Amino acid sequence: MTAVTDRQRLAYVNTQASEARVNVELQTEDMTLNLGPQHPATHGTLRVVAKLDGEQVVDADVVCGYMHRGYEKLTEVRTYPQVTTLINRIDWLSSFANEVPFILAAEKLMEIEAPPRAQYIRTLFFEMARIANIGLFLGEMALQVGALTPAFYAFRDREFVLNQIEAATGGRFHPNYDRLGGLKDDLPKGWIAETQAVMKRIREFCDELEGLVAGNIIFERRCRGVGVIPAEIGKAFGVSGANIRASGVDWDLRRDEASPLVWKDLDWKVWTHPDGDSFARYWVRLQEVRESTFMVDQMLEGLPAGSIQAKVPRIIKVPAGEAWVHTENPLGEMGFYIVSQGGLGPFRCKIRSASFNNVSVLPWLLKGTYVPDIITILASLYFILGDIDR
Amino acid sequence: MEPPPSEVSRLSSADTPTAEVEAPDEAPVDTARQALVDRLASELGDALLASVIDKGDVWVRVRPDAWHAAARACRDTLGMDYFCFLSGIDWMPSAAPNPEVADVEVEGAEGDDAEAPPEPEAEPEAAPEPAAAPAVAADGWTTGVAGGDTRFQVLLRLYSTATHLGITLKADLDDDDPRVTSIADVYGGADWHERETWEMFGFGFEGHPNLLHLYLPSEFEGFPLRKDFPLLAREVKPWPGIVDVELIPESLEAKLEAAAGGGPAAPESSEPAE
Repeated sequence: MTAVTDRQRLAYVNTQASEARVNVELQTEDMTLNLGPQHPATHGTLRVVAKLDGEQVVDADVVCGYMHRGYEKLTEVRTYPQVTTLINRIDWLSSFANEVPFILAAEKLMEIEAPPRAQYIRTLFFEMARIANIGLFLGEMALQVGALTPAFYAFRDREFVLNQIEAATGGRFHPNYDRLGGLKDDLPKGWIAETQAVMKRIREFCDELEGLVAGNIIFERRCRGVGVIPAEIGKAFGVSGANIRASGVDWDLRRDEASPLVWKDLDWKVWTHPDGDSFARYWVRLQEVRESTFMVDQMLEGLPAGSIQAKVPRIIKVPAGEAWVHTENPLGEMGFYIVSQGGLGPFRCKIRSASFNNVSVLPWLLKGTYVPDIITILASLYFILGDIDR
Repeated sequence: MEPPPSEVSRLSSADTPTAEVEAPDEAPVDTARQALVDRLASELGDALLASVIDKGDVWVRVRPDAWHAAARACRDTLGMDYFCFLSGIDWMPSAAPNPEVADVEVEGAEGDDAEAPPEPEAEPEAAPEPAAAPAVAADGWTTGVAGGDTRFQVLLRLYSTATHLGITLKADLDDDDPRVTSIADVYGGADWHERETWEMFGFGFEGHPNLLHLYLPSEFEGFPLRKDFPLLAREVKPWPGIVDVELIPESLEAKLEAAAGGGPAAPESSEPAE
């Protein structure tokens, strides 16, 4: 415990000052930071190569393709009913939502429509897939910024939704439930009451997270003002879904696109946020999950009776033509451009997946951010690797 | 780039007029989409080769040298602020990409036809040929909506988040040297899509900032989504999923018909045993 003399203190300050001068004069060398392919924030195998100047990202490159499965080629050697099995695996957290635009596109070419009950149940499972998918995100995003508990809550409550999906479709993750002209099965007995209880529980979960995460000062500090996507940039990159609604673009294909699905019959609201930052993206998704639970409730009450399958030939041939159908999937706009030449399978099937475009904005977005913010931005953009690589 | 032909020479002249292939006005005219096409036509002049409006969608085929101008016009004049996707199509009739399916198509044809008669009561399937039906090019290849006269086509989908109208642009590319101007400077999102289309179809995009592999390893040879690229898994082993398209045993058929709740059991009787 020696007392520090004034002279010593002065010498210390002088050294500091001279070192600071040297630092200013010296060019710091760029460092390359490899994030991934195996990083928790990448939900799979996405690699971000960031060139750093100190803590700041000078340049970022995104490397994908570690999970490329060539689905567009594979669809060309399968029949239409077989393709749904494949596309279940694109965005694996909300598989049913993948099937819908493909089936709708094929139905558009065949000029058939499923009966009203089937359309209701399709929309029902579409929204339940959204709840299961985004519900997990709500916990996962908190995990990325260092809060462990919400992730457990999310896994716990998502399981109830998955149970309901499994009870009706037979598959937790890959229902393969949608058929050309209808559905595989009708709902089992007692399912509606159970699902109503689950929706109530999900709303409680949303309230819980609204206080625990969105209302958390640490979370806000990490996310507010980070990774701002201006609306114009986002649209030019094709960023869609909650990501673009968080930039103040009031656009939701469920409301804005004519669809045989029944969103138009429901009373609901499109949520937007003006900020465009990571927090806004989280907040919009949180509201959307809650909104979806209300939509599910309405559909359960208004479920029409009747058949769930339109009459289709047993050997399905889709008339020649081209059709494009896109829907508002949990991750954003997903669409299928099907080119048919009248055969049993598609001649060409372009899969437009949401995450691919959402992630393509990253090189632009990461420039000038700081290393800890990379994680927040990646987490808040919310992508599924299968949805990028296809 | 080769100079554009003085006129739309190779378009199948038999059934399609050279200027604009309009949908026959059987339905109420889609004025909103027609306006899009008109404005694009005034912007591009004779570089707009064909347009089709059908089923609430619009296709426009432009000359490849006007590709960049068309994209820019869509953004600046038509208000297409949202980039949806860019991709390609290879119209080559695939040699045998799917022999199993082709076989079944032949042998299943009888069964399907026999079954067809009871169908139309439920649905008027014999509707007039939709305008979106593909055109048959001069050399016998089938090409898609809005026609086409080369093997490769590049495809661009744009959308307006304000008016909620979308447009599909197409351009024919040269068979041997398919290339077109990059539109990455018009739509930022086209960057990755062009990289993907380049590695999958081998289309060149002039002026693209970094045309590098996106999905495939950099030493990969060939262009997987071209029709002449063999899918080796299928060559080694026939697709086992073929059982899916076998006919359902007759014993089950009645049950299924009843479960579907569709029509009377008439189809079954009209179905001769295979």
